[in-house]
Amino acid sequence: MKDIFFDQIGVGDQLPSLTKAPITRTTLAYFCGASNDHNPVHVDSDFARASGADDVFVHGMLDMAYMAQLLTAWVPQTAILTFGVKFGAIVYVGDTITCHGEVVEKIDRDDVYILKLKLRAVDQHGESKLSGEAQVRVHAPKDTARP
Amino acid sequence: MLDKTLIGKSFPPLVVDVDKWQLKFFAKAVDEKNPVYFDEGAAIAEGYRSILAPPTYGVTLGCAVPDPFARAKAVGLNASKILHTAQSFEYFEPICGGDQITLVATITDVFERRRGAFKFMVEETVATNQLGQLTTRFRQTVVERG
Repeated sequence: MKDIFFDQIGVGDQLPSLTKAPITRTTLAYFCGASNDHNPVHVDSDFARASGADDVFVHGMLDMAYMAQLLTAWVPQTAILTFGVKFGAIVYVGDTITCHGEVVEKIDRDDVYILKLKLRAVDQHGESKLSGEAQVRVHAPKDTARP
Repeated sequence: MLDKTLIGKSFPPLVVDVDKWQLKFFAKAVDEKNPVYFDEGAAIAEGYRSILAPPTYGVTLGCAVPDPFARAKAVGLNASKILHTAQSFEYFEPICGGDQITLVATITDVFERRRGAFKFMVEETVATNQLGQLTTRFRQTVVERG
């Protein structure tokens, strides 16, 4: 992670993308326990099929946790002011998720420097799975930051 | 039928201890590489009280109850058909291992679309720490598809 200065970032700049390993049943089992989301539709294939799904599918909050990693790889977590997503399509076991972010607006609010980011996650076929946005605080313009 | 009389209703506070072991397990589950999320020494060196809870962790704390779907059931949703459709957070003070977080959830909306084929519930949760500081406020939308 390197320091981000307000004047060195432009609208349209991309965050470094994050591609996670293919999501396995083991990953879902870990996330079930770690996240307190014990809904069997994410870990029990028999239950998932009985409830009408083809197979177990991924917790939305796991996809959102991956998207959070895109942000925290770029700025410290304490710089994140807001973070929201919409879960657009179900992610299945075996899918590979890649998270992307783009700067869409720069806001100077009384010398608090904020970047508004547009976020999206896609699977290995490029199909959109999750969309969202975040606002992160960054350093003052480098020229004015000097004492 | 959905029970719209529950809109605006706050539920009894949930008090949860933030467990360091579970934070480490969460980091393992999401293949986290940054040690502030699993190594207490690294977190303290970065100025945190202990291991840092990641940005989405408020939802995990809110699920630390025997039945996370209790409110959805109370408004009349079928828990076995619920999907999570949206989630957002506002952030204030960080949550760290060893903290004790009090969560208060309020149902903020209950509505239907397409003549009841889609039934939605929106709730907002406020999470404060043992020092009385606001840590995060988050909003969750779930849908039951008929």
